[in-house]
Amino acid sequence: MSLTTAHSVVAPSSNAKLIAGTIIIAYALISIVPLLWIFATSFKTPPDSIAYPPKIVFQPSIEGYCNLFTTRTRQTPDYIKSLGPATGFCDETVRKRNMVIAGPSNFLPRFVNSLIIAFGSTFCAVFLGTLSAYGFSRFKVPLADDLLFFILSTRFMPPIAVAIPIYLMYRELGLSDTALGMILLYTAVNVSLAVWLLKGFIDEIPREYEEAAMIDGYTRLQAFWRTVLPQATTGIAATAIFCLIFAWNEYAFAALLTSGTAQTAPPFIPTIIGEGGQDWPAVAAGTTIFLVPILVFTILLRKQLLRGITFGAVRK
Amino acid sequence: MAEIRVQNLRKAFGAFVAVQDSNFVVEDGEFFVMLGPSGCGKTTTLRMIAGLELPTGGKILLGGEDVTMRRARERDIAFVFQLFALYPHMNVRRNIGFPLLAQGMPSAEIRGRVEETAKLLRIDHLLDKSVSGLAGGDRQRVALGRAIVRRPKCFLMDEPLGTLDTEFRDLMVHELRELHNRIHATTVYVTHDQMEAMSMADKIAVMNHGVIEQFGTPREIYDRPATMFVADFIGSPPMNFLRFGGGLARGAKEIVVQGAKVAVPEVREDVAPADMALGIRPEHIRFDDGSKLRGAIYGTEYLGTTQIVAVETADGIIKARVPAGIHLSPGEQVGLALNGARLSLFEKGSGRAVRTAMHDQAAEARHG
Repeated sequence: MSLTTAHSVVAPSSNAKLIAGTIIIAYALISIVPLLWIFATSFKTPPDSIAYPPKIVFQPSIEGYCNLFTTRTRQTPDYIKSLGPATGFCDETVRKRNMVIAGPSNFLPRFVNSLIIAFGSTFCAVFLGTLSAYGFSRFKVPLADDLLFFILSTRFMPPIAVAIPIYLMYRELGLSDTALGMILLYTAVNVSLAVWLLKGFIDEIPREYEEAAMIDGYTRLQAFWRTVLPQATTGIAATAIFCLIFAWNEYAFAALLTSGTAQTAPPFIPTIIGEGGQDWPAVAAGTTIFLVPILVFTILLRKQLLRGITFGAVRK
Repeated sequence: MAEIRVQNLRKAFGAFVAVQDSNFVVEDGEFFVMLGPSGCGKTTTLRMIAGLELPTGGKILLGGEDVTMRRARERDIAFVFQLFALYPHMNVRRNIGFPLLAQGMPSAEIRGRVEETAKLLRIDHLLDKSVSGLAGGDRQRVALGRAIVRRPKCFLMDEPLGTLDTEFRDLMVHELRELHNRIHATTVYVTHDQMEAMSMADKIAVMNHGVIEQFGTPREIYDRPATMFVADFIGSPPMNFLRFGGGLARGAKEIVVQGAKVAVPEVREDVAPADMALGIRPEHIRFDDGSKLRGAIYGTEYLGTTQIVAVETADGIIKARVPAGIHLSPGEQVGLALNGARLSLFEKGSGRAVRTAMHDQAAEARHG
């Protein structure tokens, strides 16, 4: 063994880097392959989607998207011939399979429901969370520690554990299958996370800023609005992403409490199976579109998200 | 501008009393410094004057008006924080103009006032810079600008130089005093640094454990400390104490310390026999081989024009400030001669200073 092989105690060795790199790449592949598979499937024709062995290379088609946005009825070839010329690509594709478009599907309204409920509940959770976090951070709230613990304790069990009581309550209150009911529910689940995350962020903002503003002639609310909020934007953005991801992806409550007018996209997408056989391209198309908003939102705010995750790891 | 009158002001946080029955008056246009170690209640007092804390008892009058229970924004005061509290999301111009915006002043007028203030503080070239890139001294000037732009009744400053480098600090001490001389704003300044206090203040209140130990001009506080705490807190090195026993009679001009007779200012009150202390400023000690008060040189600290010499006596170490030219070697026996006109006498139990002829002169000086 050579005595000259000095090594740094802080810089990782090249072997360590290699191992870490391999693990990260492997993990990234495992995570991204299902997404890629769904994305690819959404552009396959129904026969291609169930072909065995699975097709990696295929002729892309937007039939899945056509099927996702429409409802179709099966007709006799004679009837189809008696119709006028096809009005578009979707029309043509559908007729090849002896069907005609009967009308739009429910996907678009369900997707809009998802947007309203997820963004609505995120706004409410962050709004309430910011105000309560500010209160807990700045004022002497009686039993503050117990209250904070109580707020945290609502996250001890999975939310679905209270599904039955909530189902019964919502039926009595007429909140079943309403957007308002879902917004209230997701807000209730998310507000505990919002309070805890934001309290940490607001605690880090010195109170001298508000005190200076209050001495300079502002009310506390004005001081909060003009000095605390602008400095808490990172925290608010991070919190908003976490809340949005939860509300957007939530399946169990949505499946239980919504069935018609207020149904969100997650419980709707599986119902595509069975409407016209196992239409995997349509399911994959729905999933792909469903992923877009959260993907955009996350990419836009990834820095804040990262800060939210690592928050508190390094204390000054 | 206005005078500040604090009457029996008291603040308790649960069982802990932060400020006990404080009384003082800051006259119109005066630069008043509250000085004391951390936790002595000086910042709490300042925050009560500002309206950031409500007192448990007592009154605060600003320009004759009782503002004790008023909100901070209704008091028309300005506050400079230790960490400056400059809003990081605003540039220098908007930071300075922020208090004017609260008054609903038209933006053209705000612009004018901000520029005028910036010129006064010589930061007009920084107006459109972000505050996060500024050097310590400039941050301090912006914070001052935000305070003076509104022309409030008084300024409150909480250790505003505490975070600055020594170099900047000396400069800012000078600038602050110069600014005060120009605008004559009633100022309450909190610090634990005696050099800042001595060099800037018209009046100083020395606080300890929530109590004002002494209120007076820097000269009074240095020359005639009212308590042993003040004597020990002010001065670098602080006042030396030598123990002596027995009581004092009115008219006494001499005491006996370590077997040596020491002349003191004529005592003006009778003191029952108790443990006493003789207080000697380092600069009031001379080396004199004829003196019966003796000690051995322990060490020296060379300061250029003077040196601080530590002398080990029978009652512990005494520090003397003597000209730097005298050569002394450790272990050398020396006699200590004390300037009899400038010595203080204390009751050790209460720490209170005994009234002597020195205090008469002070009273005469004040009334004459």
